[in-house]
Amino acid sequence: MTLKSAYLAFVAIAGLAAAAPVAAQSSPSVLDPAGIGDPAVDAAAGAEVDDDGGITVTVTADNWQDTGIAIPAFATNRDQPTPANSAGTTALGQELARVVFNDLRNNGLFRPVGPDALPRPSYEQITAPAFATWQGRSAEMLVQGFVRAGSDGRLTVGCYLYDVALQSELAREGWVVLPSEWRRAAHKCADLVYSRLSGESPFFDSRIAYIAETGPKDNRIKRLAVMDSDGANHRFITNGRSTALTPRYSPDYGKIAYLSYTDGNPRIYVYDLETRNQVLVTESTNPTFAPRWSPDGKWILYSMAIGGNTDIYRVSASGGGTPIRLTDSPAIDVGGSYSPDGSQIVFESDRSGVQQCYVMNADGSNQRRISFNSGRCATPEWSPRGDQIAFTRIAGDFNIAVMTPSGGNVRVLTHGWQDEAPTWAPNGRIIQFFRSERGSGDSSIWQVDLTGDNLRRLQTPVGASDPAWGPVLP
Amino acid sequence: MNRIVIALTMSSVLALAACKKEPPEVIPPAPRDVSTPAPTPTPTAPRGPQPGSEAHFSAAMAGADTIYFDTDQYDIDATDMAALRRQAEYLTQYPSTRALIEGNADERGTRDYNLALGERRANAARAYLVSLGIAENRLRTVSYGEERPVDTASTPAAWARNRRAVTVMIE
Repeated sequence: MTLKSAYLAFVAIAGLAAAAPVAAQSSPSVLDPAGIGDPAVDAAAGAEVDDDGGITVTVTADNWQDTGIAIPAFATNRDQPTPANSAGTTALGQELARVVFNDLRNNGLFRPVGPDALPRPSYEQITAPAFATWQGRSAEMLVQGFVRAGSDGRLTVGCYLYDVALQSELAREGWVVLPSEWRRAAHKCADLVYSRLSGESPFFDSRIAYIAETGPKDNRIKRLAVMDSDGANHRFITNGRSTALTPRYSPDYGKIAYLSYTDGNPRIYVYDLETRNQVLVTESTNPTFAPRWSPDGKWILYSMAIGGNTDIYRVSASGGGTPIRLTDSPAIDVGGSYSPDGSQIVFESDRSGVQQCYVMNADGSNQRRISFNSGRCATPEWSPRGDQIAFTRIAGDFNIAVMTPSGGNVRVLTHGWQDEAPTWAPNGRIIQFFRSERGSGDSSIWQVDLTGDNLRRLQTPVGASDPAWGPVLP
Repeated sequence: MNRIVIALTMSSVLALAACKKEPPEVIPPAPRDVSTPAPTPTPTAPRGPQPGSEAHFSAAMAGADTIYFDTDQYDIDATDMAALRRQAEYLTQYPSTRALIEGNADERGTRDYNLALGERRANAARAYLVSLGIAENRLRTVSYGEERPVDTASTPAAWARNRRAVTVMIE
């Protein structure tokens, strides 16, 4: 990425302030905390680095996974209070760097060192790093940033990635955010670093809907909850009076489709996060479950049982439309997940006798089995990249596995007693799922990357199941 | 009268349970209203659960309010038929009653599939009751999937007890 494109990205990204346009957002000077440094000159330098091969644009897995990255506290031009941090923008700069550090560390791909173990650069040093200092600390990469509180209360956050050995800037971006959204700027910075060094698409700036679980196994309270991809900004949405299950964010994050027993029966409701109202996905006295959104947000897939026979339907997400039945076998046809282009759906069925995975066209035609010789196949989820399908593989224990859309190259990624319900990171490189413990039934959310090597548990306030990872935030 | 019914039901359930493919090792407790005392067998005690109440039905069934299934299955076998006949007799004896049939699955399945499986099981029980002459509009179904285990252990025996359809009175 050249600085020219980084600058363009900044202009586009500045829209996340959402409330109102600000002329300064389109000014490159926003990125320059000291009023020094010429973006044009820097851009030329960055291009030169790329052109002469001094550093590869996409560093291969062999060398970037162990890259040492120093992430000191973000600097500020003037320490002043902000709603984002009552201690002021200096303290906020420390927090911003911690968020970037934890994002990069928790995914196991880098060896970052965070702000609590590093000297704090001055505001002027953000665009003119003390490279000798960082070389002395054996840092290969350096992430620096700044935060400024504007007169309108909003925050301008800049993020810079440097190659310490080459003493050159690899990427920079800036964002203007509401104080309440300061963590998003840090996630954007982590995304910038991750994307620039791995060549993969960003994913940190995203949210997760899931089910929070408390209480004993035979009287478990299950509440709909949401959180950022790193577990921050956690919020319960339902009060637990009725069991909630299987949430799915709409692609624009405006709504959540989920199952609730609020009237005593399992039914899908579409909850509007802004108005806090919810409506039935379809007016029917039959039970509905397993909601899924189409990638464009226009359709909701759901499963409905009539007289005990479950089939898959789709209905307009805008409400009021006539549902279209997509499967009609006497077996259980359930779940479903769209291909990223919306043209196909992978679903599960026990029409062969046990649960297996099938693919059909989005109109229900051309249904064909894709899973063979690998135990049972359940809860298939199409990768946002389109190249893989994750599923729950049942062969004695329950594991998370991936395969190609044609069912080939099955790889088992986890080995818990009961790991189920995979959901993809927006970039299709990481899978979340939930793990249930034998006996207690206690559940927790875990994630694993496609190598299967980087497995970790997400911290949640209480037990957690049914994760659903949304796309990168709009 | 109640006393005789209970005694007969108990013995028949125990006898039949011995033949079942995967019998529950113990008869599960009544799923509802455990705080309500069972009807006292003392003939001089006029007070007790009203006929048609869940407590009355549960006590009268003495275990026959629940039928059990093999893994991923929903067929009604001979044991289930005997229990459902007992339920049908009760529903016939008290024609103003209505029943809810709750389908359940064990924890060893995926959540959505278990919801569908619970639906299948509840509807299989309902269809058999209808075949015995119970009016369709007196019988509702609900699936709880794997959400309501009666036995919280993670053992094959516990799973066998949780793969069930339970009939309860709608009061």
